[in-house]
Amino acid sequence: MTTWHEFLNEEGHPPSWPYPIRFGEERVVDTDVLVIGGGIAGCWAAIGAARQGLRVALVEKGDTVRSGSGGPGCDHWCNAPANPLSRVTPDGWAEHMASRPYSNGIGIQIQCREDFDTLLEMEQMGGKIRDTENEYAGAEGRDDKTKFMISPRYGTIHSYLPDPRMGEPGFNPPETRNNVVIRVWGSTFKPALKKECRRLGVQIFDRVMGTSLLTEDGLQGGRVVGATGLDSRTGEFLVFQSRATILATAGAGSLWLMSMELCGYSNMHSRAISGDGTVMAWRAGAALTKMESTGMIMIATGHKHKWYSGAGDASYENVPLVDARGRRLPYPIQGWEDAGAMVPAPGVEAAVRQKILKGEYELPFYGDFPAMAEVERRATWNLMLGEESTTRIMIDTFSAAGFDINRDLLQSYKFIEGQSLPQWRDAGYGGGVLVDWNLKTTLDGLYAAGTQMFAPEDHSYAAATGRYAGRKAAAYAREAEAGKISREQVEAEKARVYAPVKRSGGLEWKELHAGIARAMQYYMSEFKTEPLFKMGLDALAKLETEAVPRLFALDPHKLMRTLEDLSMLEYARIIIEASRARKASSVPLNFQRIDCPEQDPAEWNKFLTLRQQDGRVKLGELPLDFWGNMKEQYEAHNRDYTGVHREK
Amino acid sequence: MSKEVFAIPNVPTPSMPVTFDPEICNGCNHCVEVCPIDVYIPHPQKGKPPIILHAEECWYCGCCATDCPRPGAIRFNWPLQARPYWKNKKTGETHQL
Ligand SMILES: Cc1cc2nc3c(=O)[nH]c(=O)nc-3n(C[C@H](O)[C@H](O)[C@H](O)COP(=O)(O)OP(=O)(O)OC[C@H]3O[C@@H](n4cnc5c(N)ncnc54)[C@H](O)[C@@H]3O)c2cc1C
Ligand code: SF4
Ligand code: SF4
Repeated sequence: MTTWHEFLNEEGHPPSWPYPIRFGEERVVDTDVLVIGGGIAGCWAAIGAARQGLRVALVEKGDTVRSGSGGPGCDHWCNAPANPLSRVTPDGWAEHMASRPYSNGIGIQIQCREDFDTLLEMEQMGGKIRDTENEYAGAEGRDDKTKFMISPRYGTIHSYLPDPRMGEPGFNPPETRNNVVIRVWGSTFKPALKKECRRLGVQIFDRVMGTSLLTEDGLQGGRVVGATGLDSRTGEFLVFQSRATILATAGAGSLWLMSMELCGYSNMHSRAISGDGTVMAWRAGAALTKMESTGMIMIATGHKHKWYSGAGDASYENVPLVDARGRRLPYPIQGWEDAGAMVPAPGVEAAVRQKILKGEYELPFYGDFPAMAEVERRATWNLMLGEESTTRIMIDTFSAAGFDINRDLLQSYKFIEGQSLPQWRDAGYGGGVLVDWNLKTTLDGLYAAGTQMFAPEDHSYAAATGRYAGRKAAAYAREAEAGKISREQVEAEKARVYAPVKRSGGLEWKELHAGIARAMQYYMSEFKTEPLFKMGLDALAKLETEAVPRLFALDPHKLMRTLEDLSMLEYARIIIEASRARKASSVPLNFQRIDCPEQDPAEWNKFLTLRQQDGRVKLGELPLDFWGNMKEQYEAHNRDYTGVHREK
Repeated sequence: MSKEVFAIPNVPTPSMPVTFDPEICNGCNHCVEVCPIDVYIPHPQKGKPPIILHAEECWYCGCCATDCPRPGAIRFNWPLQARPYWKNKKTGETHQL
């Protein structure tokens, strides 16, 4: 007996809710630094702050041990230009990474300066970062002295798109590679982070969803003095009083598509990534930026076959692809040959498509593991998949079913699976909370880290910026007075949070989620015009006035999901507001307006910021390099930085 | 066949992200704690495998199966639409999980 239905059949009644129900009960927690979101950035932030000797509370929706996108693992420690094998300088590489328009130069500079220190601290905590057992001796990129394994990602430039020199003779030889990305055994990381939090005395609140920020006198735009939370197992209400608060809840997930029957949430993230932190910051009056930028859904748990989502696609990570007759295709992806490009060179994919239609390539395609050198094959399968987020499970299940990397070709779903519809988008590529060189938001007492910030990056970015935000928030908390919580604000939030449990029928969270997604598909996708944006806002307003008052939740878990919907509804609105404000099209923002077709006109090359004041949207703008000289600014703000942590 | 037939809503799809082996699983509920989504709840009877309650909310991270202390107690179970194919390079024979 394992499923709910089996239980019902055997026992003649459904199981009772297994946890005590405490709807409406309140618990108050007083702390110096409050961290909301216990993923990669949140754990590092808690550790960073706790090392300063302050009291730290960490609030996590799931269980900190494996929660978040980086919970199951990580195979690339990206952008560690300070590592001893690197051929580039941290400051030089940071400039290069931040030269991509609409990136976050502050976060990137912090990552490039500090993420190698962060990695060494990961090792101190028990994370595995080197091939200490010599399992991969002889693998390309492995350094025999340090036992670091350099990854194929990035040759001499960052290569999300292929290096234009790809294919030239002598392209990307080992002696010129920048060596900034390191392969790691990241499945060991998250449990080690939780253990370290515990060791440092961080008070961990697992299964608690942060629901709102509390501001001084309850005023929008005031100093942040705490937050509220909901225990998703008991329904208990938590009130946190803090001197400094760090948001680390990552971005938003499936705003455009809700298709659980295809399994998962139709995007790359788990449901926990629902935009809560961004919306909490927005409601409190903090500025956001880049919210108009969206991406197509490329990978999604379950519904797209990609390694990231564990569905077993071979067309990723260093494996040569062949057609059904064994003919080699012109691209690997993220291999040594293309210097880690994440997508094929422009035109190459179109050419392959033509050849398929002419019958020159036969579908389906396969990843040719047997053709790889033995050690490369093992490194790709055991290390890149075994330590990658959701793919570790492939190894066990495929192997148990008889798949053998030495003998078998693993199918690729490229082409036979088709592309995402242009209406299926993802908010995870763009917007977030605006921060300064202290990773402070525009509100006093409020900090942000990781993919919570605008222009999100990767795991090591989340780790390094989390650690940094913890340090900075602790410095602030040390000086700050304890703020006064507004009882009125707490009561208003309590009423909002518990409204759905007061009803026993009406509308459930799934239907609202799907309703939001449909509004976004129609009015905030490929065809962008002002009238469509207006219709989108009207559609969301209708959901707010007609659907939200009918929401019901039968238990604390469903209540959490319902509150996530409310975050998504607000997040959707912010995206449309930000989109209305940008009256030009933009390639880097993946933002194409039919009524403003000019691409990236000079006067629009700027960040648009938006915040709420008295319930109205206030727009602002910032230059694309508003952070100033990255090296100088970093140094001016970090004279006290002491490098790798040493226990006293 | 004398069991009562209940009137119940459809079973969610997918419905079984994992299967448990009740002979090996000792009901320690470690997987319940590890799951970031709360797909499971503990079984009311101590020692029994957890109950899959929110099956369709699984994001296929695999942590529950990977972190179980008792090998074989829990098996990851790919939904039908996500089962991969492979082919023996020499014989050309294809398999699906
Ligand atoms: C499948 C997959 C594979 C990846 N592989 C790599 C890789 O190999 N290398 C790499 O560099 N990057 C990789 N990434 C990206 C990397 O994992 C993320 O960039 C990183 O985890 C971001 O860290 P974060 O702390 O910002 O967010 P997360 O780690 O996602 O943490 C956010 C946390 O906030 C919690 N949360 C959300 N809302 C609330 C709330 N209201 N209250 C309390 N808690 C809340 C969530 O439960 C979650 O634990 C991968 C991502 C995925 C999805
Ligand atoms: S499956 Fe494993 S982790 Fe889960 S209850 Fe059984 S023994 Fe414990
Ligand atoms: S695979 Fe992940 S989300 Fe699914 S039940 Fe296991 S731990 Fe939970």
